[in-house]
Amino acid sequence: MKGMTVIVKTVSSWVKMLIFLFGIYIILFGHLSPGGGFAGGVILASSYVLLMLAFGRELVERNLPLPLASRLDCLGAFLFALLAILGLIVGGVFFVNFLYQKYLPGSTFHLVSGGTIPLSNIVIVLKVGASLFLVIFMLSRFRYDSKGPAEKLASDPTIGAKE
Amino acid sequence: MSAPLPVFVAIPLVTAFVLPALGARFKSLATFLANLATIALLVLAVMSVGHPQVYQVGAWSIPLGINLVLDGLSSLMLLAVAVVSAAAMLFSVRYTEQYTAKTKYLSLFLLMVAGMNGVVLSGDIFNLYVFLEIASIASYALVGFGCEHEELEASFKYMVLGSIASAFILFGIALVYGNTGSLNMAYIAKAIQELGMNPGLAFALSLFVAGFGLKAALVPFHAWLPDAHPSAPAPISAMLSGVLIKALGVYALSRLIFNVFGVSVPVSWVLIALGVLSMVIGVFLAVGQWDFKRLLAYHSISQMGYVVLGIGIGALILARQGNPLWASLAILGGLFHLANHAVFKSLLFLTSGSVEMATGTRQLKQMGGLIERMPYTRASCAIASAAIAGVPPFNGFWSKMILVVAAVQARLYVLAAVTVLVSLVTLLSFLKVQRYVFLGELPESLQNTRENKGSMLWAMAFLAALCLFMSLLVLVPSLRNLILQPAVDTLLAGVGYSATIVKL
Amino acid sequence: MLYALCFLLFMIGLYCAVVKKNMVKIVIGIMVMEYAVNLLLIMLGYRLGGTAPILGGADADGVTKVVAAQFLATVVDPLPQALVLTSIVISLGSLALMISICIRTYAKYGTFDITEIRRLRG
Repeated sequence: MKGMTVIVKTVSSWVKMLIFLFGIYIILFGHLSPGGGFAGGVILASSYVLLMLAFGRELVERNLPLPLASRLDCLGAFLFALLAILGLIVGGVFFVNFLYQKYLPGSTFHLVSGGTIPLSNIVIVLKVGASLFLVIFMLSRFRYDSKGPAEKLASDPTIGAKE
Repeated sequence: MSAPLPVFVAIPLVTAFVLPALGARFKSLATFLANLATIALLVLAVMSVGHPQVYQVGAWSIPLGINLVLDGLSSLMLLAVAVVSAAAMLFSVRYTEQYTAKTKYLSLFLLMVAGMNGVVLSGDIFNLYVFLEIASIASYALVGFGCEHEELEASFKYMVLGSIASAFILFGIALVYGNTGSLNMAYIAKAIQELGMNPGLAFALSLFVAGFGLKAALVPFHAWLPDAHPSAPAPISAMLSGVLIKALGVYALSRLIFNVFGVSVPVSWVLIALGVLSMVIGVFLAVGQWDFKRLLAYHSISQMGYVVLGIGIGALILARQGNPLWASLAILGGLFHLANHAVFKSLLFLTSGSVEMATGTRQLKQMGGLIERMPYTRASCAIASAAIAGVPPFNGFWSKMILVVAAVQARLYVLAAVTVLVSLVTLLSFLKVQRYVFLGELPESLQNTRENKGSMLWAMAFLAALCLFMSLLVLVPSLRNLILQPAVDTLLAGVGYSATIVKL
Repeated sequence: MLYALCFLLFMIGLYCAVVKKNMVKIVIGIMVMEYAVNLLLIMLGYRLGGTAPILGGADADGVTKVVAAQFLATVVDPLPQALVLTSIVISLGSLALMISICIRTYAKYGTFDITEIRRLRG
């Protein structure tokens, strides 16, 4: 996939870190102001999408290879379930906010408060960001030119039996 | 001792997320883990029969938090889901060798099971919607799993209709929240008792009937089922037809109509009308089919009509304040037929998958004389056909008889006659299946077919044995009072459900 | 009156999903329906002259759970907003699946027109 012009490439290479940082801000302050895991994950994924549009798919694939993204996806979901089960083991009830009740209540309106909610925000970001990136990457792999569509797909060796 | 309720959702979800990380090198480990998960669910479901409980997730008290409820109806559905998913997972160990992405299949399957368990256990209407969507989206992906022409077309049709139904359901939930101010089903029931039925709530109820009716494939909304169920891989057809249309459609509809909104005469006539239309149209469209799985799919529509008819007759008797004994009998017939249909329809789809894997075709006219090559498959298919047609010692006979008796007692003689007629036509179409697939001459193209081995036979044998022994569930009083009668009592309690939830 | 406009948007989406022949337009119609329901959910929580349901430092009383009664009287309902967040995530997953099936169907059949994709009949 070709990239775009020099202006777009230069500007996006400066801006991508700002977007990423903004996403991290929304995640970490998710329990204090609007945002949280899902919104932050979408912003992180969109910084990768900006790179994909400006530089082409191959550079992004070298930066974040697909098996790694898939593993991060599964790791995020597994850690979320682990947090819920830890609530069962430590607190006695599934999904209970055990950090807030027993160990680390923190003080309101500060970054360290709300118990397991910031932790679950971070874990959700792993899952949502990785899976949204994977979805957009895989959808952008289907391309057609003047050859018939079926032959183009058949001749592309990188497409596997993925939904 | 019964397990805390979230494990029914947590075990399949966690397994579903661990499996793709294993990748393609550890396929046998992935299959082993998936089978372990479904068998663990079956054991837990059997252990939790007879122990009703309410679980408040996160230790938030009831109107603030989400609660999971296990009462009689939920434990019957949980048992049905666990049995069919264990058998289908065992069957798919060998069947999915023809697909290249086996771990993805297994994790989607487990997501569907987790979604169904969540729907059945949920005590909160929006939580029910979320788990309904999880199960539906996983099933859309599974229907098109083979990525051939017909499977993609069927998956697209199913997905469009299913998404429209989900949008209707969400609209209904929004209207209910706007009118009652709460999302917890017990609190909504109390609020509707106080408010009465205003036009907003009546519109919400009709949206729910349309949305859940489409998920249950009742007749005006059945158009996706004859395309989706044949195109799916055979164990997925068994799951879809055996439990998905029940847990997402009939269970949710009956829970909302009986326990949340309260029965009334117009609503029960709507249920009876839907049931009769589905029964009649389903079976008459099924007789003329020449594709094995498409015939079975049309029969699913017709048997769902039986279940909804039974529940509708019970609702009518309750709404007219008739004898509660006959209402209990009608609902018992409907729910027992639901459980029976889960077992024998999934067995039929598994045998059709076995035949398809051995012969490579689904067209009845190209098969014949398979009785000499595939005796075990033939025996399972014969048992399941006898069960669905209502032949005496199998479970189908008892549930149909209870339905006919209940219809006669409610003085709906025409409906009872229609039920018997539909049962005869069902027998006719299954005799057709038996004659074309198994009896007759073996054509030359099929001279090399051989019986399938291994896990597929175990799964079919398990379900066939259940077909025979499930008639004991209604004949032996202690078993009936353990499993079936609490389910009936939950629905009969009607809006008294809210009192038990807030008290427990 | 505003709720009626939401319902009108829902009906427009339903019309588009039912009448159009292009697969992508059907998908867009379904998305419009889901947006209409999300809009209805948010509007249900609105209170005339209300503010966002975010506690600032001046409203609450430290760590205790005593919240000023004035805050509760003027703030909009936050529960529908949580419902809409969940609903948007579900729509996203559904949309991704629908688009990928559209792409695969185009690869097999060569067209997006649903009147030509009719191998299953009867």
